[in-house]
Amino acid sequence: MADLRIKIGDLSLKNPVMTASGTCGFGPEMEDFFDPSLLGAIVMKGTTLENREGNDYPRMAETPSGMLNAVGLQNKGIENFIRNIYPIVRKYNTNLIVNVNGSTLEEYVQLSEIVNSLEDVPAIELNISCPNVKMGGMAFGTHLPTAEKVIRAVRKVYNKTLIVKLSPNVTDITEFARVSEQEGADSVSLINTLLGIAINPETRKPQLSTVTGGLSGPAVKPVALRMVWQVANAVKIPVIGIGGIMTYSDAVEFMLAGASAVQVGTAIFIEPDSPVKIIKGLDSYLDRKGFSSAYGLIGAIEK
Amino acid sequence: MAKYSKDLLIISNRRISDEYFVLRLQAGEEVKLIMPGQFVQVLIENSSSTFLRRPISVYDKDIKNNTIDLLIKIAGDGTEVLSHIKEGDRLGLIYPLGNSFSMPAPGQRVLLVGGGVGVAPLFLAAKVLKERGIELEFILGYRSAGQLIDLDSFLSLARVHITTEDGSYGEKGKVTDHSRLGKDNYDRIYCCGPDPMMKAVAGFATQKLIHCEVSLENLMACGIGVCLCCIEPTVRGNVCTCTEGPVFNIKDLKWQI
Repeated sequence: MADLRIKIGDLSLKNPVMTASGTCGFGPEMEDFFDPSLLGAIVMKGTTLENREGNDYPRMAETPSGMLNAVGLQNKGIENFIRNIYPIVRKYNTNLIVNVNGSTLEEYVQLSEIVNSLEDVPAIELNISCPNVKMGGMAFGTHLPTAEKVIRAVRKVYNKTLIVKLSPNVTDITEFARVSEQEGADSVSLINTLLGIAINPETRKPQLSTVTGGLSGPAVKPVALRMVWQVANAVKIPVIGIGGIMTYSDAVEFMLAGASAVQVGTAIFIEPDSPVKIIKGLDSYLDRKGFSSAYGLIGAIEK
Repeated sequence: MAKYSKDLLIISNRRISDEYFVLRLQAGEEVKLIMPGQFVQVLIENSSSTFLRRPISVYDKDIKNNTIDLLIKIAGDGTEVLSHIKEGDRLGLIYPLGNSFSMPAPGQRVLLVGGGVGVAPLFLAAKVLKERGIELEFILGYRSAGQLIDLDSFLSLARVHITTEDGSYGEKGKVTDHSRLGKDNYDRIYCCGPDPMMKAVAGFATQKLIHCEVSLENLMACGIGVCLCCIEPTVRGNVCTCTEGPVFNIKDLKWQI
């Protein structure tokens, strides 16, 4: 049995597998399929200060080896989380990570401050990369000076583990990783979804109400792997790899490219218990390959 | 209600027309808990263009033998691949999902209105209602006589009124044109079919102040309430069709009817 434990900032993960934000609700939704306490961490559904209804239907289009979504951060707001969800999920024996979103810098700061006071939430994932909202989101994560400002402001008020979720919709993602590191982030997670479009040739209409949406699933994996590899070579803080991870071998690839941990997202829509299967698969892979610790895999790509 | 993710054995694959087939699957004791209107998420393997599971209504169930029947329309590559599945194969299902049609009070009469593959959840609904002594009738609408689905099964449960758009069977026109609809001796309408049909029926029910429930087929990714893609605007805001539906009281919907 290899040692699967990994540290990200002050977070101690029992294994490197997390669920990606927006793909497992808050955890209770998954209990019929697996025990959320088995995870390294749960990154919960993107949260904002106030209730948001999200974008109009249709919000989803199936695409080759993946899907586009344009949910637009539908959530009931932080107060609802604290009142109705936090009391339930804080009992899980895993790390709870709140995915923090805002339309303005002030909203990001205010929300981070509130989450900072939640005893059983040891980390936030600062989402400056949501492609599906008009205000905020990706606008913060694709403009370097703006990203710098929001990370700096949040770092001032948030004293636990700060993970910045990066957008792939930029020319050079390493610049954003470097800025995150320089502004005091403990880790970066990447990639968020890739901006895309699907069109119905019969009706000549876009398949999403918003026209554009975020692409996820195996279709994005090679791009995500490349970006993780680039970022891992550019910064010293740990990198969390995301993008089309369906199986343990995908997770291994991300770790070999330099990720210290991974997030499983879209795979959950197809096999709800895939995060747990990936943990088991990773464990036997490490044994089979003679690694005593998951740390041995990180960046261990043979050149 | 607990959800299960299992690979179920195919007991039979019965082709009922060019477009439709019925799969019978061997499940377990949990079949008892499946309610009319609920659906399953089917894993499609060996179809390169199909990435997500496909939501399919439960057509019938047998609580003695613990089987589930799925009525499936060949609508694309995924369902085409599925139509070739054979007895003895296994199929990955997540089930049972969603809510169900409500139970009428004893003595109430229910009209079940459906069209196309939308007749599937109405069959199980009729079976369960009949077991509880509820009086019911069907109005089923099709494009033409050739498209009729499993008529004998429906006839075994209740009176069936048919409309076809070309008049090749039953009354000519749409379900809302059927003479039966105008005779007011029923208390509830349960409807599942193409969107325009459900909206027309909802419009009729609203006008006549009849309790009406519709089963929606919004595009879905996860089916378990986590992706938030299949939302329907309601008086309670945007809700997931997969968890708070697929069955909605039309009073809760924001349809322009």
